[in-house]
Amino acid sequence: MEQTTQAVRSHVMICAGTSCVELGSLAVRDALEKELRKHGLDKEVRVFTSGCNGFCTVGPIMIVYPEGVFYQRVDVDDVPELVEEHFLKGRVYERLLYTKPAGQEKVPMLNEIGFFSKQVLRALRNRGLIDPDNIEEYIARDGYSGLAKALTEMSPLGIIKEVKNSGLRGRGGGGFPTGMKWEFAARAEGDIKYVLCNADEGDPGAFMDRSILESDPHAVLEGMAIAGRALGASQGYIYVRAEYPLAIQRLHTAIDQAREVGLLGDNIFDTDYCFDIDLYYGAGAFVCGEETALIHSIEGKRGMPRPRPPFPAHKGLWGKPTVLNNVETYANVGQIILNGAAWYASLGTETSKGTKVFALTGDVNNNGLVEVPMGTTLRTIVFDIGGGIRKRRKFKAVQIGGPSGGCLPGDLLDTPVDYESVTRTGAIMGSGGLVVMDETNCMVDMARYFLEFTQDESCGKCTPCRVGTKVMLDVLDRICEGRGEEGDIALLEDLAETIRAGSLCGLGQTAPNPVLTTLRYFREEYEEHIREGRCRAHSCPALLKFRVIEDKCKKCGLCQRACPVDAVDWEKGQVAHIDLDKCIKCRSCYGACPFMAIE
Amino acid sequence: MAKLTIADLQKIKEKAERTRHLREGGMRAKVVVHMGTCGIASGARPVLQRLMELVEKENITDVALTTSGCAGLCSSEPMMTIEIAGEGPVKYVKLDPDKAEEVFRTHVLGGEVVTKYVLARGQEKAY
Repeated sequence: MEQTTQAVRSHVMICAGTSCVELGSLAVRDALEKELRKHGLDKEVRVFTSGCNGFCTVGPIMIVYPEGVFYQRVDVDDVPELVEEHFLKGRVYERLLYTKPAGQEKVPMLNEIGFFSKQVLRALRNRGLIDPDNIEEYIARDGYSGLAKALTEMSPLGIIKEVKNSGLRGRGGGGFPTGMKWEFAARAEGDIKYVLCNADEGDPGAFMDRSILESDPHAVLEGMAIAGRALGASQGYIYVRAEYPLAIQRLHTAIDQAREVGLLGDNIFDTDYCFDIDLYYGAGAFVCGEETALIHSIEGKRGMPRPRPPFPAHKGLWGKPTVLNNVETYANVGQIILNGAAWYASLGTETSKGTKVFALTGDVNNNGLVEVPMGTTLRTIVFDIGGGIRKRRKFKAVQIGGPSGGCLPGDLLDTPVDYESVTRTGAIMGSGGLVVMDETNCMVDMARYFLEFTQDESCGKCTPCRVGTKVMLDVLDRICEGRGEEGDIALLEDLAETIRAGSLCGLGQTAPNPVLTTLRYFREEYEEHIREGRCRAHSCPALLKFRVIEDKCKKCGLCQRACPVDAVDWEKGQVAHIDLDKCIKCRSCYGACPFMAIE
Repeated sequence: MAKLTIADLQKIKEKAERTRHLREGGMRAKVVVHMGTCGIASGARPVLQRLMELVEKENITDVALTTSGCAGLCSSEPMMTIEIAGEGPVKYVKLDPDKAEEVFRTHVLGGEVVTKYVLARGQEKAY
């Protein structure tokens, strides 16, 4: 383990989340270390890697402490100059600074970048500040102090009471009060009990859990160990997707280190408490995020839900009382125990306490991982943190809650994000996926996309879900292809109600939500598709005949360069023209035009 | 590594205090050694080196020691700016390692400005 006492004047954090690693951050780290050695600076500047910093759009990311200077899109080739400027000469290296979306203003300090300054970090409190592969760095940031307090100063019932009072609710999406869940399992009869962690994150565009596991794996282990004490369990399992290799690797390292120093295993902190954690890899079936299906999967059975009751708190894994919580939920537990329920509940709204992590993706300038207090409005997330819509386009909708959630229009942007407010809109809080869409997205097609996902992932147990979603999908396909009929909307609504009422688990019950919310807020788009054969977002290929609007065309030729089949006729200084015989309706020209001059 | 006790947690935390301050802020003072070409040429590096040794030897955890570019008065390098939290920055000129150590001990640790090496109390911020 690394020696942390040696006086160094500067620490350089290199983001090693999945996204930055993909973009080459590890090569940047190696180059940086080499360059620092070359200048004899390696003793005074320490380089470390951290988990996901959150601002994935601008990776690879590097932050230099103590100044807190934020460098973006760092390439190996930038390193020599950066070292010379920043570390040798002590000047901020301007070329790699973050630039505000509107204009050219450069922002050197991390805390002054809008993306970061509006966030409040609790579940992600260690991101960018610790090396996830070093347990000492976690401990130095109060890690395992919550567990120590829980084991030595609190009774199991006291732990449950504290979690209940904190108002923590399940971050996987359902929002069930965590303390109550623990209480049920604690009261259940049985000498063997289990603590499960759901890391089977499957929503398209969501990566909250992955980032937490990658940047702060010990926080999850600590939360699970505290839960184990509360219910009297001695074994925990993390059900993690096999598609998350980096998260799995860091979890393995974390578990090994925790075992080595006795924070997992027998007689933790010399008490009578024994607890260990193992990993179980999920094969990527969406339905296995449902608790009973997940339990079946660990048991080696086919991942299918079963009726509840009995609830897992009474009969869960191998028929034993079991608590299942999400990654983000556990990541909050250690701090709740250490700092107290009142501290945790000081943030948030009446019914939803604390913070929520969102994976902000889609047509916003700043994609990435954000954590905000409950009750923050969608507008703040999309515009202040997300930096608004790309390419100067207009906001159209935000999809919240993944395939179980819904699309909300602009006039609901002031909705505060808490469980109740979001549910009232017809969407759900969900696990934290936020997909922002601009005016070039068709809402019918969006609903179809999400329904296609749930249809594909339906386990097939309940007929309404298995067959109903298929019929709905066929109707949506027809509408998108311009073969919609009068009565289709009524049919969709009817089917949606049946599927909602007749499905066993959350997957089926919520599968129609994307369709229902788009019907509620964007009904006119469905009607235009059916009655006029028109897609206002110019998205459904069957309904498209592209043409250049001559008044708006600035004769720049970008459309011609974007066209893969030479269907755009353009010469310098001339208005472009699209040859419909050659056009394959790929939308490349439409996406490339900065002036919305193609329709 | 042996099994950790609760006392060990505290020890690890204390050991890493400097790291924590460095990354999270909360430093009591900031010491900036100006290291433009002029500063380096006139001996800013040994000054920085001495200060780093001092910080390590005295186990000082709440002072940020950092570098910046030319302070604009190249003829008076090596220079150093000391900014105690809540006070204005003070610039020192024509330093060498011994003078720098004296300034560090008297000003940063002792709270007394070392007038004989001072350029002027400035209003500008180091950052």
